[in-house]
Amino acid sequence: MTDILTLEGLTKDWFGVPAVSDLTLRVRQGACLGLIGQNGAGKSTLMNMIGGIVAPTAGRMLWRGQPYSPASAADAAAAGIAFIHQELNLFSNLSVAENLYIDGFPRRLGLIDWRRVHARTREILARLSLDVDPRLSVGNLSPGERQLVEIAKALHNEAQLLIFDEPTTSLTARETERLFDTIAALRAEGRTIVYISHILGDVRRLSDDIAVLRDGRLVDEGPVDAFPVTRMIRSMIGRDLGGLYPPRTAAPRPRPVLEVRGVTQPGVVEDVSLTLHEGEVLGLFGLMGSGRSELARILFGLDPHQGGQILLDGAPLPAGPRGRIRAGMAFVTENRRDEGLMMEASIADNLSLVSLREFGRRPVGLIDPQALSARTEAARTELAVKAGDIAVQPVKALSGGNQQKVVIGKWQMSAPRLFILDEPTRGVDVGAKYEIYALIDRLAAAGGAVLMISSELEELTGTADRILVMNRGEIVGGLDRAAFSDERILSMAFREDAA
Amino acid sequence: MIPAATAPPSASPPPFTPRRGLGARAGDLILSDYFVLYLSIAYVAALAPFLPTLTAPGNIVNVMSNMWPLLVVAIGQTFVLAIAGIDLSQGSVVALTSVVGAMLITTAADPAVLAKAPIWGLVLTEGGGPFAGLMGGVGLAVMAMLLVAALVGLLNGTTVAVLNMPPFMVTLVGLITISAFAIWLTQSENIARLPESFIKLGKGDIVSVHIGAKDSPQIPRREVYSFVTYAMVIAVGVAVAAHVLLNRTIFGRWVLAIGMNRRTAEISGVPVRRVIIAVYVISAMCAAVGAILYSARLEAGRPTLGGGTFLLDVIGAAVIGGTSLFGGKAKIIWTFFGVLFFVLLSNTLNLMNLSSFQVDMVKGAVILGAALLDVLRTRLMQERRR
Repeated sequence: MTDILTLEGLTKDWFGVPAVSDLTLRVRQGACLGLIGQNGAGKSTLMNMIGGIVAPTAGRMLWRGQPYSPASAADAAAAGIAFIHQELNLFSNLSVAENLYIDGFPRRLGLIDWRRVHARTREILARLSLDVDPRLSVGNLSPGERQLVEIAKALHNEAQLLIFDEPTTSLTARETERLFDTIAALRAEGRTIVYISHILGDVRRLSDDIAVLRDGRLVDEGPVDAFPVTRMIRSMIGRDLGGLYPPRTAAPRPRPVLEVRGVTQPGVVEDVSLTLHEGEVLGLFGLMGSGRSELARILFGLDPHQGGQILLDGAPLPAGPRGRIRAGMAFVTENRRDEGLMMEASIADNLSLVSLREFGRRPVGLIDPQALSARTEAARTELAVKAGDIAVQPVKALSGGNQQKVVIGKWQMSAPRLFILDEPTRGVDVGAKYEIYALIDRLAAAGGAVLMISSELEELTGTADRILVMNRGEIVGGLDRAAFSDERILSMAFREDAA
Repeated sequence: MIPAATAPPSASPPPFTPRRGLGARAGDLILSDYFVLYLSIAYVAALAPFLPTLTAPGNIVNVMSNMWPLLVVAIGQTFVLAIAGIDLSQGSVVALTSVVGAMLITTAADPAVLAKAPIWGLVLTEGGGPFAGLMGGVGLAVMAMLLVAALVGLLNGTTVAVLNMPPFMVTLVGLITISAFAIWLTQSENIARLPESFIKLGKGDIVSVHIGAKDSPQIPRREVYSFVTYAMVIAVGVAVAAHVLLNRTIFGRWVLAIGMNRRTAEISGVPVRRVIIAVYVISAMCAAVGAILYSARLEAGRPTLGGGTFLLDVIGAAVIGGTSLFGGKAKIIWTFFGVLFFVLLSNTLNLMNLSSFQVDMVKGAVILGAALLDVLRTRLMQERRR
């Protein structure tokens, strides 16, 4: 098989600091290359060079055997290279067809030839088995459908190489399956795929070859058959982690912290009961739309519920998040950027937000700056946040993993009894994931209770003492650590109602 | 990963500091809290040779007396901008509270002027307002002005915080209705004859300086310059209190947190609605204090105070200082320098004998320049973080 894209000694320096150095890599025609690496390993810079966004400092690229040096994103698209990004590049106010044709509409008598536009769009959508009207605006589509529209755009531009960058982050399990079927179909048409993801199982499943980047260099490559997940991780972080998950250091105690009895909100959750004990990590698994995040919001007082009771340490809770925080609850939501952090504010300001009241002196709430900065500095040390001066550096400048540590840390400062963690490792690379799992273990060992919600089953079986499964707003079953079985959990999560 | 950033910030200074280029130093200057102050000084230094009256003691006194009321109102606006809101109703609150204060304490009213006003007979008679000649009447009137403002602020804040209506809309409606109400109250007439103890708040001086020949025993009035006035003490007092409130208290942190990201603040337990309401109350009450200073200086309650381009001056001064219209970024000291620069600008343009239309055109251009400066600052900050 020939190579469709060859990179020879490709290098990119940013002010003398190499982001990618001397990288030589071949992408085989018609194959799928899995590209992995931690955040900051140089994947984005590499993709930006291929996509014509940044110019390499040294080295060259060959596209179908010819020298290739794109000066803009349009050059890359014209050559037949398409990017499917994690943040989709669609105009949500325009229709599906308009998005496909945004860079040039066919015209008849000086006006747009809508008949041709819609017919051709319909034909492409049919190839992807996406059954939507080309005139429907993209804003009305689900994340999975939008992704397929991105792919349709690539097909419309006759792309030969499709580069997927973390395409599944906002997809449900079903939509992910559908995306994988589509990728298989694209390959059957002879197109070439580069698949970039932190979800190593997906990368193994889709790829023929694996390439690992670390610190801007290609550190390992080979056929997928010789590339078990352990080798992927070892190559990515440059050492053995000694397993993906840290060992649990303490066992749950019998005293209940959170008791939920028959909580019901029509159309959202139905008769949910659960008990969470001191020192316990309780995993809550469910597909998107199963009500897991909605339950978390109800427990924290952000959303209302009609029936049932929620008790913390045996006492009923006041309404609303403020009362529940005072009672000892903490909530790390799934949306770190919009609900967890003030991106522009400093690390210290973010860390202190929840527990500010403790540092105010009456009568006007004058803050004691020494006590506050001593406390935030201690939190930073404890969390091992990799940053400069935390009073100055904004959280925006931190990596995803360090940002998440700040979110967990700001709650930890108020010493809560119950932590609700919704997707705590989303968008976090492998090394930092391990640190977050270790942090979760420490929270539990210190006597707190942790309710951990995740759509990655593997991380729940790796960290939880017990797993409950939600399906259509109900808790449909639970397993203790000794009885964990992916198969049983998945079958409960996917089970369709008879009705 | 941030490899080079793990050095402890408190480490002793490195033995060798490379010389920093001109560009880096210019960047430091633009990012400094004092940039607008330097700009003001440079502006005065550049114009002084051409406008000798600019640095004359009389003009300096004039600039300062123009600064104080504007500063107080702009401080209120700074709090609102800090939560990513805007308060367009401030000018109308100045007008309403000016009328309310004056009608309570005026010592005599002319029926030929005010007999058609709806307050005639009800509050106002030929013998003046209800508090005229009363012991502590001025104090009561000031309280009434603050109370009226607080009610307007409460209404604004509650509508914004609880009904989630856009602050631009809410306060624009406030601007239109309240200023119309103030004009209707007196049928557009001024209420004059205010007691001396009230007028002192705007014009009275505490420390005066005599500049001139010391040969005659009688000092001519025009050679006495008021440097420390009651208005200055009030304005600086408000500024210091506002600075402490915004920078050193829990409330201030909450204000900035809401401006930065309201969702995050809510989930982190910040009493978001209460803080928003309080901020609009602060804004309106600052407008009332501004109204005290303006009315005392005018020696009258005037229902058209705070009209025209007043709002432009207030928001312009805050933004030139560096407060962001997007919220989360505000300092009282920035507003102080912004007000200084803005007042200097108006003053110099007047000294150049430009018409008020020409003055407004230049002011508009300067505000545009300030917005550009904000963009430049943001870009510099981002580049430095790399």
